[in-house]
Amino acid sequence: MTGRAPPPRGPGPAPRAGGNGRHLLLELRIAARPEAVRAALARISGALETGGIGEGMRGTAEIVLAEVLNNIVEHAYAGGQGQIALRIELCPASGALLCATRDEGRPMPGGRLPEGGLPPLEGPAAALPEGGFGWHLIRALATGLWYRREGEVNLFGFRIEAGSAGGD
Amino acid sequence: MDLTAETVAGVRIIRVNETRIDAAVAIRFKERMRELTDGPEERVLLDLGQVEFLDSSGLGAVVSVMKQLAPARRLELAALTAPVARVFRLTRMDSVFTLHPAVPDPAALRAAP
Repeated sequence: MTGRAPPPRGPGPAPRAGGNGRHLLLELRIAARPEAVRAALARISGALETGGIGEGMRGTAEIVLAEVLNNIVEHAYAGGQGQIALRIELCPASGALLCATRDEGRPMPGGRLPEGGLPPLEGPAAALPEGGFGWHLIRALATGLWYRREGEVNLFGFRIEAGSAGGD
Repeated sequence: MDLTAETVAGVRIIRVNETRIDAAVAIRFKERMRELTDGPEERVLLDLGQVEFLDSSGLGAVVSVMKQLAPARRLELAALTAPVARVFRLTRMDSVFTLHPAVPDPAALRAAP
């Protein structure tokens, strides 16, 4: 998938979804609030199921999308108001889900994606990390991550490969 | 955030009556857990049997609860569904928590302090 930004769209009801199992395109606008992200994830799972995507891959997509969208809410918009445009397209040849987000929040620190290494887990409970898991999950479950800043806009994309069904 | 709690065989068992512990409820979850664990029980068992989805915010909240109870008190987890177990596995947090396949019955709770 090229780094095309999702086109701007109005709010609309449910995301459009192709139902024949071979062509699937979802385009949503999501308010930058955790509750709106939760609602969008439910709609996406339903649309993916209708589109013939299996449970394992749907579960993988839900984790990655939750982390990506929550990152935009918490860090790009930093709790302020905003919209996230999300595009999910099934690649018929590979069976992968090609996903891209567009937001107008703050840029990624350093202009690059975090590595997502796990913090050390040994040692006393008091030293356990409570954060830093999100990027690790994204990198464990998604491929082809890319990020670009264009003017005031963040563009981010990734793939969920077919067979990302929990054999990890 | 719907949680119910009871003490069985000296163990504080807290059941999450929600299908998701995520960014939308992580802070409220921590607050409710603090309220429900203000008793003396050394062991706290979190029944996650109804939770179908847990993201990194939810995971962080569970870790936060465990840290808040430590070192005098332990948090154990029970009945993780497959998607939740997967997140614990991917983050290696399954090696940090005691995980029970189901909530142990009272006899088992008494037998294994």
